[in-house]
This record gives sequence, structure tokens and C-alpha cells, in this order.
Amino acid sequence: MAETIITPPILQGPTAKEKKYDRQLRLWAANGQAALENAKVLLLNSGSGVVGVEILKNLILPGVGSFTIVDETNVSELDLGVNFFLEESSLGKWRAEETCKFLQELNPEVKINALKESIDVFADNPSRLEQYSLILLVGPTTNARVLEKICEYADKSSIPLFYIHCQGFFSHFSVQLPAQFPIVDTHPDPASTQDLRLLNPWPELLEFLETKTRNLDSLSDHDHGHIPYLLILLHFLNIWKASHDAQAPANYFEKKEFKALVESGARTNNSEGGEENFDEAAAAVLKSLNPPSISSGLRQVFEADDCQNIKSTSANFWIIANAIRNFHTSHNGILPLPGALPDMKAQSSDYIQLQNIYKAKARSDLAEVTRTVRSSEQEVGRNPPIEQAEIEAFCKGAQFVKMIHGRPIRVAKCTAEIDWNDRAKVLSPELQTPDSLLPLYFAFLALDRYQDDIDRIQKVRKPADDEQLNDIMAGRVVSGAVPPLPMFAESAHFSTPTIDPEHDPKPWPRFDTPEARTTFDNVVKELDRADRGELHNIAALTGGMVAQEVIKVITKQYVLVDNTCVFDGIASKTAVFNI
Amino acid sequence: MVKLPAFLRTIRQDIDKLPRTYLDNILTKPGPASDPDWIPGLETISALESSKVLVIGAGGLGCEILKNLALSGFKDIHVIDMDTIDVSNLNRQFLFREADVGKSKAEVAAAFVEKRVKGVKITPYNGKIQDKDEEYYMQFKMVICGLDSIEARRWINATLVDMVDMEDPESLKPLIDGGTEGFKGQARVILPTMNSCIECQLDMHAPRAAVPLCTLATIPRQPSHCIEWAHIIAWEEHRKGEVLDTDDPEHITWLYQRALARAQEFKIPGVTYSLTQGVVKNIIPAIASTNAIIAASCCSEAFKIATSCNPFLQNYMMYSGDEGVYTYTFETERKEDCPVCGNLARNLTVNPNMTLQEFIDNLGERAEAQLKKPTLRSEEKSLYSQFPQSLREQTAPNLSKKLSELVVDGEEIGVSDPAFTIAFKYKLIFGS
Repeated sequence: MAETIITPPILQGPTAKEKKYDRQLRLWAANGQAALENAKVLLLNSGSGVVGVEILKNLILPGVGSFTIVDETNVSELDLGVNFFLEESSLGKWRAEETCKFLQELNPEVKINALKESIDVFADNPSRLEQYSLILLVGPTTNARVLEKICEYADKSSIPLFYIHCQGFFSHFSVQLPAQFPIVDTHPDPASTQDLRLLNPWPELLEFLETKTRNLDSLSDHDHGHIPYLLILLHFLNIWKASHDAQAPANYFEKKEFKALVESGARTNNSEGGEENFDEAAAAVLKSLNPPSISSGLRQVFEADDCQNIKSTSANFWIIANAIRNFHTSHNGILPLPGALPDMKAQSSDYIQLQNIYKAKARSDLAEVTRTVRSSEQEVGRNPPIEQAEIEAFCKGAQFVKMIHGRPIRVAKCTAEIDWNDRAKVLSPELQTPDSLLPLYFAFLALDRYQDDIDRIQKVRKPADDEQLNDIMAGRVVSGAVPPLPMFAESAHFSTPTIDPEHDPKPWPRFDTPEARTTFDNVVKELDRADRGELHNIAALTGGMVAQEVIKVITKQYVLVDNTCVFDGIASKTAVFNI
Repeated sequence: MVKLPAFLRTIRQDIDKLPRTYLDNILTKPGPASDPDWIPGLETISALESSKVLVIGAGGLGCEILKNLALSGFKDIHVIDMDTIDVSNLNRQFLFREADVGKSKAEVAAAFVEKRVKGVKITPYNGKIQDKDEEYYMQFKMVICGLDSIEARRWINATLVDMVDMEDPESLKPLIDGGTEGFKGQARVILPTMNSCIECQLDMHAPRAAVPLCTLATIPRQPSHCIEWAHIIAWEEHRKGEVLDTDDPEHITWLYQRALARAQEFKIPGVTYSLTQGVVKNIIPAIASTNAIIAASCCSEAFKIATSCNPFLQNYMMYSGDEGVYTYTFETERKEDCPVCGNLARNLTVNPNMTLQEFIDNLGERAEAQLKKPTLRSEEKSLYSQFPQSLREQTAPNLSKKLSELVVDGEEIGVSDPAFTIAFKYKLIFGS
């Protein structure tokens, strides 16, 4: 036999950038990195603002394109004890600029700007938000109006917005996404992605099965012990069907029986006393023989009006989803084959052949979906055509695609209640649940509301200084306009949801059980203990969480929080709520 | 910034000035969850400032940990790391710059934080944790670990458990341990001998199953099989005697080319330089944000332990950011048969017809043992000893004997390994 001649590969070691970013490219690959490098992030910072700076640190290191900090304050002694990106010489200087100087050292590639402006002024001119691809807003803002304006503008311009609070041992963030935010590359657990389509084999697979299992009993021990396990399953499925009205094992009991049938096929008179490939086959029975089904996420996509009625203005996502839905309908509920094959005991050549059979089928399914996409494009008059790679990515991950429906961030005002509409039904019982972290979210809302109240008093009565303001607020406590200690606690009662306000005779919705009320009061007391200050650890931790979510939004990979997350640094717990 | 009205604020009896730091807000007032007997104020603050703490690892987690501790009021911090800075560290190890590549991680990190944060003293040690003895570890109030090696975690865990003297409460050093992989990670608080230790939890961090040698040698199917073949078999064959340096680009390129040739021979797609590096160095994806989360969680627990300002984690928090944000916070149980902190031998059902060699191979794969070069003793005699050579030669014939020829049903055996300071006790139960 002629010796295989191998052309020596061109030596292409990794580039300098690939070396530096190696550990993250293994997570989000070159396309995720490119998205990150094109992102323009805006940070509207307030308060001690460490959480905002920590988020930026975690975005600068992996190479975000550019960012701008809006912050007009000057560095105080308090900042030095909590913010790592300042030093003693920064005292008294403009905080944003000093911070930028030290952040820039982390990654010279990132473009960094600072704007000496208050968020209030910035919010007066919201069209300036247009140029950014993502906004980070740290609360509480000066008043509810500022928050409202930024949220509205971000919503209108479909710019993702994060609203973040961090005080003492607690933190919160909410994400406001565009009304439709599709994620195709969700990175599901590899173990859950294996669609081997054993209940719907196709001719090429059956042909290969036939050549490999035709004379099963007369095979040598070596060959018998190397039949890929999925061929073993297909072989015994045929035997089973012959005695079960052509039906595959359907329930747990039948699958156990089927498993025993598979196990009985293993040779045990060999030196190992069994066969690894048969062990693999038996172990795969329960998860590999489920009739085709689709995830709830994909079902929602299929049922959406946008998927069923495509038009010339439809997003790529819907055109492809529509084509896959057609595929699903015309193939009795199966999805395009992803084409990946798990590793299994087999001869190299058999495994490669099987791998090629799966890949070929995946390609032909993809071709079918692509044909539908092309004819839809023509039908609705859509141009330019969707790239093949995008269709392919959708076909590979169809089972796991997610469509997140962005919801507006709730703004707590001192003059009006929040309209919880459909959310009240979910949130109200959750508030009564012992150990729920939802009261944390309401405490931060109450803090916003309290801030809004102070701002209004300052504008209406114009107190001379903080002391005078304190006296006014204290007067309001005495008069009952604001309930007593801690002052902002009762504010929350304006904003907690009830199921049916019309049938609730109480003027303010309230926590229905004393336990829930106590939980809430304790959260407020602990927040009050921090007196508007951040703890560096909690700010750093929250900065890490938000940065992970920002990266998911920018790369459109992995599944992000939908849409509100709280962290309790006493219990070391997080919770996510759809608000 | 508007403060709460003065009459609503807790009066700070022992602090005559406004807070210098936000930390003081927390440390001068009790909270609803703090212990009713806790005394806030100067005493607590000075206890925090005088706590000498040790950080093990100055990498992705370590850089964050040093920053966090310095900004949490700790004033006397020591750090150990044996590594030097590599260019691939720069995407997350934010105390290092390109000009620092090749320098000691512990030294550069310590100098940076010391310069940035006023009043903090950081003492680096560029070396191995095994270089230090009990007397050294005894000087610290607690130990915070940001490591990527299971062996090092097990070593420090066993050392700290061993140091506990029931008569001396100061000998109990809390161990706070963090670890990350991609978007996931965990933080845990270990009070040696009081609650579940790292060894008790070892089976929660099982190593990846190794590919059998025969697959690599005869029936490769995956690109990683070709790379492992180049790594384990081809290198031995062609460059015998040379020590493989996974940081040497020439070595990696050589392995990559061998793996690629083998893959072409078997028509296996997917061998790349990056994958070669990943498989050979067992690279775990790592990003700044996950390190930030886990390191801050560890330091927040360290702060709570040092100050008692709030209850601390009991004892494990798992974080996952792959799908939304998910944490699972729970208490892991101490194991009575833990080889480090327990007293009982662990029951192990074995096939009496298994040879001693097979038994040893099996020990290497067991999640709770993960031993590489074990030495085994029965109650009566030495079954197999790695060292010294004379004893190894003397006991080698036992390797091919069946277990039933060497021990009786229910007999206890001791297993030790040069990588660890502890011995495992197993009670062998004969079964099928």
C-alpha cells in the first residue's frame, strides 16, 4: 500500500490577539468577539458608582469596543475606600476622568471617554443616546422623570438598557430589551442536544444498519464489540417492532423491557465478560427513544403571529423560523437534524461513516429549509437574501432557540402608582412566599420613590441645605405624610402589586402576611444601615453578574436574565423575576 | 447626597467623626440579621484591621481577591503563587500588563494593590504552598483560595484540618475557596473539622473521564483522540527523554502536526492548533466577569467572618450564568468516612477476582480518590509500595494477584499517595 503523503500544514500559530483572548474565545468564538469589539457602551453613573466601574472593568478586559462614562462628581475620601480605579492623588479631581485613566491601563485597545455632565442634563437631550449600542444606568437617579425619559428613549430606539442598584449587602438589576430579542446560539448543554432521530431513521442510515448488522450472530467478537451503539438500538428496535404492532417502546415499562432485550444481545463469554458498546446502547435507551417534541421556547416562537405571517419587513429570525415551522409540519413533528454525533465505541471508519451519514442528512434538511426561506423571500419581496450561515446556525440549534420579549423597566414615582397589570397575578403571591427575594426588588423601588419624593420637596420648597431638607422630611414623618422609620419603607406600599385592586378596599396594597411584612422591613433596615453606601464586594459581585449579562446581549449568545435579578449578600442567593 | 435625618440615624457612640469609609456604616450599626450579641464599633473595626489573612493564588481569582480584601478593610494580607505571568492571563488578571509577562504573579499583584490602596500591606511569596509549614499557616486568621488545581486545594485543606487543636480555638482557620469554569463557579466556606471539608466534597468535582489508551492507539474517532495520541504516544516514541513543555510553541506545533496527520489518516475532521492547546494543557475557559462574581463572594464571606457583621455562608454557593442567572446555596454534609476529617473507613464493594493492578487503576478513576501513585497497605502487610524502589520490586508481584489472595472480606486497607498528606481508609467488601 502506498504511504499516505501528508502535505505539511502551513504553520499558523495563533495571532497576538488570539493568544490574549484565548480563554474567552473558547466560550463565545470569533463572532462573539467581533460583536464585543463593535459595541459602544454608555455608563450613566450615580451615587458612589462602584458597581458601574466594576461592570466596565469586566467589559474592558475582554475587549469591548468603546465606552463613555457620564458622571459630574469629584472624587471624595469615601470614593477612595471603595473604588479601586482611583488613587490618593485623584482626591478632588473629576471622578469620571480619573477612573477612565486607570481603566484604560487594563486594555489599550478600548476607546474610553468621559463626559462631565449630570445624568439629568444628559436625559434632557435623549437623542444623544442614539449612538450607543447598550446603556448602563446606575440608580437611584435624581428623580423618577430622569429614569423615565431614559427608559422611554432606549425603548423607542431598541437600545438594550440595564438599570442597576447596589447598596450595602444587596443589589438589583433589570434589563430592558427590545420587544423582540431572539437568541439562536444558546449554547445548550451538549448532553441535551443529541437528536439522533432513532425513531425516524432515513434510508441511508437504514442501509448502513443493514450492512453492519446483517449477520450479527456470525460476527467475530471484535466486530460484534465495535458496532456503534446507535446501530445496536436500531437493530433491536426492528426486532421489538416486529412483535409490537410496529410500535416502538413508548412508556417507561416498555423501555425497561426493551433495555433488557438490548442487554440480552451482548456477548458475555468473552474475556471482559460483556461488551462496552452494548452497555452504551442500554444506557441510552431512556433518553434516545423519545418521540419528537419541541421545547416550550420553540413552541412559543412557532405560535407567534410574526412566525406565521411573514412580510417584507419581517426580521431574518422570523423568516427562518417560518421555514423551520413548515419543515416541522410537513415532516410530522421532526426538526431539521442538527447533525452532531456523540462519541461512541466503534471502529474509526464505521464512526466516520456514520458521522458522514448524519452530516449529509443535516445538510439535506438545511437545503430544504433554505429553499423555503428563498421562496418566502421572493414571495414577500425581501432583499438581500439571508446568509446561508444564519440559516444553518438556526437549523443546528432550532430546538433551543429563545425569543425574549423585552418589557419596560418599572419606574417608581412619588406621585403615581405603578400599573402592574398582568404581572400582579404572578408577583403578589410571590411576595407572600417565605424566603422570597422579591421584597428586595420592592425595597429598591421604594428607595427610588423616596428619592423622587426628596427631589420634589427640594424643588417645591427649596430648602437651603441638607439639614433643612432633613427637617422637612422629619416634619412629613410627624404629619403622617411619610410613615416613620425607615422613611422609605412605607413608600413601597404604594407600589406593591395586588391581584384585584377594585375589590381591595384597602387604600394601599400591602403585604398580606406579617411574615412577608417582616421580611420586607428587614430588607429596608439593612439597606438603611448602609446609608447609601456600597460595599466593594457586593459592587464587584454585581459588576460581574451584570457584565456576564451585557456580554450575552452583545454577542447574542447564551441565555440572559429575563428580566430582573436581585442578589442578597447575607444569604448568598440570587433570584430572577419576570417583571 | 442626601442623608437620612439625623434623628433617624443610629448614633455612633464610639466614632467621633463621620464615616471615613462606607464600611463604617455597616460596622458601627447592627442589622436585622446580625447576631444580637454582636457589638458594632471600634472593637470590630480594629479586629478586622488586625486580621492577618492568606490568599492562595494570584491568578484570575487571586487578583480580584486581593483588590476586594484591600477594599474590605483588611490591612495585612499575604499571597502565595508559584506562577509567572503569561500573555493569555491579560484578558482577566487585571493587575498585570503586557510589560509584566514573565514576572512573578504574587510579586506583581502584591505591589500593584499595595500602591493603589492606601494603608494596606501585602506580602508576596513566589513559590509553592507545600514549601510552608504549619507554623507559617498558624499565623493567619483565615485562608482564601483562588486556585485552579484540585491537588493544591486538597493539600491546604488537609493541612488546615490537621492543624486544628480542640483545646485552642485560634488553631481553627476558616478556609474560603472559589473556583470558576466559563460562566459558572462556586464559593464555599470550610471550617476545618466543624463542617464538610474539601475532601468530603470531592465527588462533586469529578474529573473528566479519561479516554482508554486502546481507543487512542487503534480506533480514534474524535479530534481530541488524535491529539491525545500525539501527546501520550507519539511524543514518547519520537522525542523520548525530552520533557514536554506545554507552554513551548514549538512543542505544541509539533503535537498539532502529528495529530493533524493522524486525523487525516483516519479522515477525522476538526484538529486545530487551538484545540490541540486546549486538550494538551487541559484549558478551562475563563473570563473576568465570572472571576469577579466568585472572588467577591469569597471576600464578602471573609469580611462577614472577620467582623461578624452578618451571618456567613453555610457553606456552598453554586453560580451558573449559562442560562440566565442561577444560584444554588446549600449546606453540604460532613462525611464520617472522609479520609481527611472523618474517622471511619469507607466501605468499598469490590470484585474479589479483580487483580490488585485493576483495583489501583480503578482508584485513579474514582471521583473521591483521584489518586495517581498510590501505595497500599492491608492490616497485615504492605500490598504495593511505590517507594523505595526495593520495596516496589518486592511488592510488584502482588499487582497481578487477585484481591481475594491478598485480603479477606471486610478487611481495612490504607491507601496513601505522595501528592497528599493523608491516607485513605477503605473497608473492602467482596461483591460481584
